[in-house]
Amino acid sequence: MTETQPGRVWLFGDDIDTDQLAPGRYMRGGIEQLAAHCLEAARPDFAAGVRPGDILVAGKNFGMGSSREQAAEALRHLGLAGVVARSFAGIFYRNAINLGLPVLTAPDLAGVADGDRATLAPETGMLRLTEKGIDIPTEPIPENLRGIIADGGLVPHLKKRFAAAP
Amino acid sequence: MTATLAQKIIARACGRESVTAGDVVTARVDLAMIHDSGGPRRVEPILKELGVGLFDPAKVVLISDHFVPGDTDEGARILDLTRAWAREKGVRFHDGVGICHVVLPESGALRPGMFVVGGDSHSPTGGAFGAYMFGIGATEMAGVLATGEIWVRVPGTILIEWQGRLGPGVMAKDMMLALCGRLGMDGGKYQAVEYTGEAVAALSMQERMTMANMAAELGGQTGMIAPDAETARFLRGTGADVTGWEQDWAWLRTDPGAELQEHHVFDAAALPPQVAAPHSPANAMPATEAGKTAVNVAYIGACTGAKYDDLAAAASILKGRTAAPGVEILVAPSSRRDQDRAADDGTLGVLEAAGAKLLPNACGICAGYGAHRLGAEVTCISSTARNFKGRMGDPESKVWLGSPLTVAASAVTGRITDPREVTE
Ligand code: SF4
Repeated sequence: MTETQPGRVWLFGDDIDTDQLAPGRYMRGGIEQLAAHCLEAARPDFAAGVRPGDILVAGKNFGMGSSREQAAEALRHLGLAGVVARSFAGIFYRNAINLGLPVLTAPDLAGVADGDRATLAPETGMLRLTEKGIDIPTEPIPENLRGIIADGGLVPHLKKRFAAAP
Repeated sequence: MTATLAQKIIARACGRESVTAGDVVTARVDLAMIHDSGGPRRVEPILKELGVGLFDPAKVVLISDHFVPGDTDEGARILDLTRAWAREKGVRFHDGVGICHVVLPESGALRPGMFVVGGDSHSPTGGAFGAYMFGIGATEMAGVLATGEIWVRVPGTILIEWQGRLGPGVMAKDMMLALCGRLGMDGGKYQAVEYTGEAVAALSMQERMTMANMAAELGGQTGMIAPDAETARFLRGTGADVTGWEQDWAWLRTDPGAELQEHHVFDAAALPPQVAAPHSPANAMPATEAGKTAVNVAYIGACTGAKYDDLAAAASILKGRTAAPGVEILVAPSSRRDQDRAADDGTLGVLEAAGAKLLPNACGICAGYGAHRLGAEVTCISSTARNFKGRMGDPESKVWLGSPLTVAASAVTGRITDPREVTE
């Protein structure tokens, strides 16, 4: 989990809900299909345009709505380096960590624009706008959760833990 | 140092002197509750993948409720799998005797001060007993079952104080619908919602369970009420030895002066019976403002709305009355125990004489299952907790939420009715 290669910033507003992230009508189609329609209501170009290493930046209460784990899974499936938001809905935050998607809270996102090039270092919590030369600090992921993310989520994390146990 | 009730329980569960809101800690669970829908069929594949068994079968309670009575092939298959798993693992198992959130405390397994997870979104119900209980998904539950541990971000407390006493015809459900309307479905901000005040202290345990249950509708991680003599009375009824509870539970309260995230004060006496219009509990309004909407199904069911106290409330209205022409009353008592009690004291007889049809002690149409799923033409007044579009049947069906008193009054008149209109 070292600092990523620069990716593109995708900027979203407040209150992005789980139904936008994992639209109900594609829930039966599996994660592939779900990810292909992720956030299409807000930005039809997102799912097709996003590349591994890109960073999603959003306003407050990101991931509000249902407890469906697929909302976080869809974003991870698209290869995002992480999500930086002013705040997260509680259950989404839990699901994201447990699925290995870095989620970082930053109260002040001044200076970030859609399309910026940026890197994200989950260990230090630094969002770096590489072309603008702006560093945006986020609240680092608590230490006891970083291991879960580094291992790719709760299940692989536990697998490792049980494999290590005598 | 002062602390909130939630923080004290979490501190104990993670073995620390104290915790601060925002800290992420790893806590040991005292109890894990799962049901047939999110339980064995979802967690077992993950446990297999991990190659481990349960951390402690004695701390796992399995309750079948969603697919009971198993009247479809899929439901029957899931129940078979659930029963086989219970036998194999040796967990505590309550099969077909009611809805998990009601059966768990009835079984005596839940005690004040416990740190508990449940594999269902209405798990905050357990908070009514002064436990810290919250809902988690299947992946996390598998992790808990494997390790006995879970991480939790220490919540702040949103204290909701109800001063004064509820007026006649007003119940816990009305308080919760009013809160959903006022604070919104994210008003709980995934923090600990704690209810306090004279009106809450005066509520029966089952009414308090309705309040804690619907912390889920407020978006809280849990909903809590500090334990007291009423809590002790209820637990004694389950056969628990609660001698010395005053001393044992003395630590289970939010200290005066503890830092709160929010503090809201409401006047219970001024609260009229509430209903919530389709398709959200946040669409709350006084029942008198529902425009005399005609209904054709009156549903008294679910963990929130068909416990003994709910059945007795409905019977108080339906005694000597019958359903209006064209209105079907459906009653699915939350548990076998509550149904037996209602049968013994004549409550059930009153409901049946009014024309109510008795359904199994299970989630039933609240979870969208069973032969009584609502059709497209149905407008239902329901004592359940949520009325999301299509949840109880056809997406075109319309569900209004209200207290069991309001559901019963509406059944009698055939339109949404403030129960005080019928009793006055
Ligand atoms: S009765 Fe309804 S709200 Fe309660 S556990 Fe069952 S499905 Fe959920």
